[in-house]
Order: sequence, then C-alpha cells, then structure tokens
Amino acid sequence: MAIELNGKTYETDEEGYLADLSQWDEDIATYMANDDDIELTDAHWEVINFLREYYEEYQIAPAVRVLTKAIGKKLGKDKGNSKYLYQLFPYGPAKQACKFGGLPKPTGCV
Amino acid sequence: MAKADYEIPGLSQYVPVPKLEPGKMEHSSPFIAKPEHNADLGFPGELVDDWHDKAIDKMGDLLKKYRSLQVFMDICVKCGACTDKCHYMLGTADPKNMPVARQDLMRSVYRRYFTWPGKHFPKLVGARDLTRDVLDEWYSYYHQCSECRRCSVYCPYGIDTAEITMAGREILAHVGMGQKYSNEIIGKVYKIGNNLGLPGPALENTLEGLAEDIEDETGIAVAMPMDKVGSEVLLITPSADFFAEPHVDGLMGYAKVFHEAGIDWTVSSYASEAANFGLFIGNYDNMEKIAKRIRKASIDLKVRRIVHGECGHAWRVAYSFWNTLAGPFDYLDSNYPVPQHICELTYDLLQAGKIKLDPSQNDDKVLTFHDSCNVARGSRMGDKPGGQFDIPRALIKAACNNYVDMARDTINEHTFCCGGGGGLLTDDLMELRVKGAMPRMQALNEVVESDKVTHVAAICAICKTQFAKTLPYYNMGMDMIISVHHLVGDALIMSDVPEDKEEEDEDEARAQD
Repeated sequence: MAIELNGKTYETDEEGYLADLSQWDEDIATYMANDDDIELTDAHWEVINFLREYYEEYQIAPAVRVLTKAIGKKLGKDKGNSKYLYQLFPYGPAKQACKFGGLPKPTGCV
Repeated sequence: MAKADYEIPGLSQYVPVPKLEPGKMEHSSPFIAKPEHNADLGFPGELVDDWHDKAIDKMGDLLKKYRSLQVFMDICVKCGACTDKCHYMLGTADPKNMPVARQDLMRSVYRRYFTWPGKHFPKLVGARDLTRDVLDEWYSYYHQCSECRRCSVYCPYGIDTAEITMAGREILAHVGMGQKYSNEIIGKVYKIGNNLGLPGPALENTLEGLAEDIEDETGIAVAMPMDKVGSEVLLITPSADFFAEPHVDGLMGYAKVFHEAGIDWTVSSYASEAANFGLFIGNYDNMEKIAKRIRKASIDLKVRRIVHGECGHAWRVAYSFWNTLAGPFDYLDSNYPVPQHICELTYDLLQAGKIKLDPSQNDDKVLTFHDSCNVARGSRMGDKPGGQFDIPRALIKAACNNYVDMARDTINEHTFCCGGGGGLLTDDLMELRVKGAMPRMQALNEVVESDKVTHVAAICAICKTQFAKTLPYYNMGMDMIISVHHLVGDALIMSDVPEDKEEEDEDEARAQD
C-alpha cells in the first residue's frame, strides 16, 4: 500500500504505518492525522516530537508512563497523564501518535 | 475508542442465545504474516504450491503426535452441550463459532482422508475435500477462537476445542499461512528478547523511571534491577508490564512487595518476556525455544527462584508444560514452587506475616475479579484445588474492603474470556474482539449496577489491554481495569518510610481536609 502526497510516494503497511521510517516528514504526519479526523496542534506536535526523539535514542517508542512523565515535565503536571494524551489521540497515544510520527506500531499485549 | 462500522451487541439482564446468522463473521480474518515473519519461525514464507498434500501430511503427523487430537476427531456425539458456551458465538451469532462447528471444520477433512467411510462414502459421513476455500475458512474461523477452553468444561467427553484450533493454526503455518500478529511477535522474542521489541537499554531506562516514580510516591528507594547476577529471584513478566497501562502499576506493585519482603530480584534483558505465543500458534518447537530462553537466563543470572508476573497463558505454559519443555529445574531452590506465581509469593508472605496490607487505602473502590482463562482452566496455584481462584481473590480482599463476585456461571472455571486471548489481541480483529467481549461485559455491567462495582482486577496482560480497549464500547470507563498487584502495591504498608515523608503526607492530608 502507498500514499501519494505532493508528488512523493510513501509506502505503508496494511494498517497505514509507514514502511520506511526515513520517509517521514511533517506533511505525511498531517495527512495521516487528517485521515483520522484530527487537526495537529502544537500540543500534538509536542508528543510526536518527543516520541521521535525517544525512538532515535532507544529504537522503540517510550512506555506510556515515560511519555506522560516527559509531557508533564514540559507542559505542567495537569497534562502529565494518559487522560490528556487520549484527548489528543483518541485511538490511544501509543498507537496513533506512533503512526503520525512515522514509528512502527508497538506489538505484544498492548 | 475507534468508530465501529458494525453493530455492537447490547447488554441485557442475561446473555441471550442469539438467533443464528450464518456467514455473519466469514469476512473476519487477521493479516497474513509476511514471508520474513514466517521464516524466522521455520515456516515457509508464502503459501506453498503443494499446500494440499503438505496440509494433509501435517494433519497425519499431528494425529499421531497428539493422541488427544485423534480422540477429539472421533469422539464427538453432537450432543449440543457446547453450542451456546463460546463467547464469540454468543457475541457474533455466527453458527460456525459454535465449538462443535469449529471442530467440524477440521473433522470433516479428517474423515475424508483418515477414515474408511469418509474415503469411500464422503457425503454419507459429512466428509469433504481440503480445497482452497476450506483452507481460507480454517484461517478465518481458527482465528475466531481464543483457545479459552470454556466449551471443554461443558463437553461430557472433555473435547478441547483449543487443541483443535491450535492444530488448525499449526497446519496453516506449515503451508505458509501464518498469522502476522503472533508470528511477528515471536520473531521479536528471538531477536530482541520480548514481544514488544523493547531493547535492553530502553528496558533499563524504563525501570529507572519507574523506580523514581515509586520513590517520589513513597520516599523509599526501591530497586528495579536488570541483569543482576546472583539475585535470589528472576522475575519474568509480560513486556506489556514495562510499557502499557494499567499493567505498569502492577509491576510497581511487585517491586514494592519484593522490597518490603527483602527479596533480592532482577529481570533479564535476554528473556524479558513471560509470554509464550508458541502456545497460541500450536507449535511445540517454538514454544520450546521460547521456554528455553527463560531457562538460559535463570542459569546465566545464577538465580535460585523464578517468579511469574501477571500473565495468563505464560503461567499455563510454565505450570503445565515447562517441566518437559525446558526442565528439569533441579538447580533452583526446592523450598519454593517451580515455577512460582507472583500471587502465590505475595499470598505466602501475607500468611507468614512478612508483609502487611492496609485495605482502607482502597476504600474508594469496589472490586470484582476477572478469572483469566489460561489460569482458571489450564493451571493451578498454591497447594489446594481451586487455588488459582482463591489466591488472587484472597489478595484482593486483603487489599480492599469492598469485593463482589460476578455471576457464578461466569467466574472460576466457568469464566468468560475477555475476548482478546489466544493471539487475537490485534487491531485487525477489533470487530471480533468487541463482539466477543459481550458476555464478560454483561456480567461486569450487572455487578456495576447491582453492587456499584468501580473496578475489575485481572492477572493477565492480554485481559488488561482487551478490557481497556473494549469497556468504552459498552459504556464503561477504560480505567475500570486494574492489576491485582496495583491494589496490593497501594495497600502495602512499607516499614521503612522516612519520617520526613510521613510528615509530608500528613501535611498533605491536613491540607486536603
């Protein structure tokens, strides 16, 4: 499967996750979000950028608690919880934010 | 919660036997594994040209290897006792999800190739050729069974549909039709050490973060070590415990119990997974390979005990199969059960007075307990029959003053699967998962309404994720699901709380008043 956008072809897997992580750019993130009826705001980008930085270092998306803690430190304690993240990414922060961020889907019993 | 483009079953006062709708779920089929996922497990990458002969040969092998399968193929008398016992049948109304019908998908082929009347008079005995359509039908409906074994409890002959499903998946994998979700995950266990694909450095970073959180909360430095050689206990737990919610609170609960009891423990970066999806795909070789990783880790780390975290099927594999898969475990301390469940460990500590719980810490909750299939029907705990039912409940009751059981025909050995077990906890089967959750949701909803239950506790990572995902479809909150050791951790009286932390907490309490 593939997404055509601004003359560029992005390969994806059956579930719409990018097949090649290096193809990721902000345009495809915005496109995928719109496809899920989400308009990406600065709040969404905070999360997506953190996920990408963490992935760069550890080759895996951060655990939900690592993410909530990091967001809490950056944006204030009231936002450092999964409720806030679910408001931003209603299908689940781990899976939906990973998808927009171009990261592979977490597997296992999650 | 994702939007549903299918009908979500309603909840009534009891679970009705639905009016049958043939073909209702024939479209449901999980993604096929990619060639590289199959190859990692020793299966052909794609459907092989001679799939027909290979499949029949494999069925012949399995009939010889597993005498139970041969008996199950022959012994069914079509009494009908199983027909309304499967949560997928009750939730989907598809008659092929009746356990007997699921068995017949294979039984009809078995009769054609392995019995005299079926070879000569197939139509008279319901025998049929193995065609490509039949193979696809197998792929669909053998991935609509969570191998929960509820039907086997009611079968007068004890036919275990789970074993037939496992055989079906095993044959499919051998002709190149593996399932993506399970096979990709098993490959990650071999390459990285766990289902998630969480590499050692990420695991270490995650554990450090969790230890910090416990210290912030309690004022106590609780160790969460990785690869610590010479520890007393190797903890093996589902990798979801490191990653997801509500699982992670359970892991922090184990850590607090170990700390309070003075037990020196570690996790292994090599075998950082309790789960064994080899069971789900019915493949003995892969099940053995995964189990042996844990054995190797326990020897390399020179531990004296292996303790299992809250994972349903892993406990079944360990309790029921480990001895022949990866044993003998004669190098471990024989004063403790091998393997030992974290619930047994905590329960024994409580009985011996080595830890104490203050149930008033959970006074804001009313609890019920969901028995996970593989613990309830495939294993035991403690030294008495029914220990797998009584021990987790005893822990919850010690940690919480308010406890109510769900209806009797939905708990203990009669428990309904959460709807996501047996290798089906994947987004491409969401419709099946939501519909299959209905009988469990019905029983839960009943105690929510009658007894104001606020939380349901479980001891399985799959159940926890499945509940969190499906509760909202039934108008209940996703945060109702909780780990048993989350409750234990919150109620645990920590004896070495620093005085300044106690004062701080008292100040906070006064400020709140």
